[in-house]
Amino acid sequence: MQINDSIEGLELVYQRPATLTDTPFHYCPGCGHGVAHKLLMEVVEEMGIQENTIGVAPVGCSVFAYHYMNIDMQEAAHGRASAVATGIKRVLPDKFVFSYQGDGDLAAIGTAETIHTVNRGENILIVFINNGIYGMTGGQMAPTTLIGQITSTSPYGRDEKLIGYPLKITDMIAILPGAFYVTRQSVNTAGNVRKLKKAFQKSFEFQKLNKGTCFIEVVSNCPSGWGMTPVEANKWMEENMFPYYPLGDLKVPRTEKEKGSNNA
Amino acid sequence: MIRGTVHFKIEICKGCELCIVACPQESLGLSNKINLQGYRFAELIKDNCTGCINCALVCPDAAITVYREPKSALRKSGKEAVEVK
Repeated sequence: MQINDSIEGLELVYQRPATLTDTPFHYCPGCGHGVAHKLLMEVVEEMGIQENTIGVAPVGCSVFAYHYMNIDMQEAAHGRASAVATGIKRVLPDKFVFSYQGDGDLAAIGTAETIHTVNRGENILIVFINNGIYGMTGGQMAPTTLIGQITSTSPYGRDEKLIGYPLKITDMIAILPGAFYVTRQSVNTAGNVRKLKKAFQKSFEFQKLNKGTCFIEVVSNCPSGWGMTPVEANKWMEENMFPYYPLGDLKVPRTEKEKGSNNA
Repeated sequence: MIRGTVHFKIEICKGCELCIVACPQESLGLSNKINLQGYRFAELIKDNCTGCINCALVCPDAAITVYREPKSALRKSGKEAVEVK
């Protein structure tokens, strides 16, 4: 469709970022992946770093992220996206490097890679989409599945005595000294979408200054996996996911003023 | 009131209804037609859009383009003041 700069005296205020390709997303209706893709690419477009950004795609629902993001992308083996991003950043330190991973990728098979990448303080951005389920393979239980949540491999609900508790990997990462900026955001409302975009902007700014690993968890939905409509899924997420995964910054860089007051 | 409008890329809309819930003016709804993917797509059903971009922000398929009255037009009054840049 042709996009005009203005129509009938109205000016263009928002459009699909040019850094997204024209390929329609393959995600299910209402999936949070689309919003996260869109925001990442908006930030890349606004900062003018399209030619200097390299993304690493995971295995999971977002395995085809390289079809949608019009930047240099590399596919990684399952769970190894942050390790691959480490290699890319070390060879090409001038580029902006991010890995984009889901909860099955980052919090299950890639736990070791993620924790060690953050512990080394690699100058990359790790985007972690947490929807509490393995969406791509048919809604199986993930490490981040909530207690009592029904999935195809926990038909009676997750039993913490048998399977353990949901993994708060973002809280684990926040205590590592290599992590510079750790935050948990969501994509359910326009306000939260704006906050998430701000977090992406901050992370790319920090990466420019070689500060350390930035880690952004995006609490997302999975309408198909949860068996709900997108609107119901967002409501369920607010009622059940947010109490266990509270939104907000887990680790923010101390400002110069705060450092001064601590030293004094 | 600020005047605005939205355009949908109907072929990539999946009819998830998130924009309809996000709209503070309740000016969006689902069409009775379907697109090539087989989804009922979203469309403007009322003429009270303010161009707040809430719908476009929450759209997971980046299918929404938003237009809004320029600020210069708000300060002046009268239709002649609305200039197309």
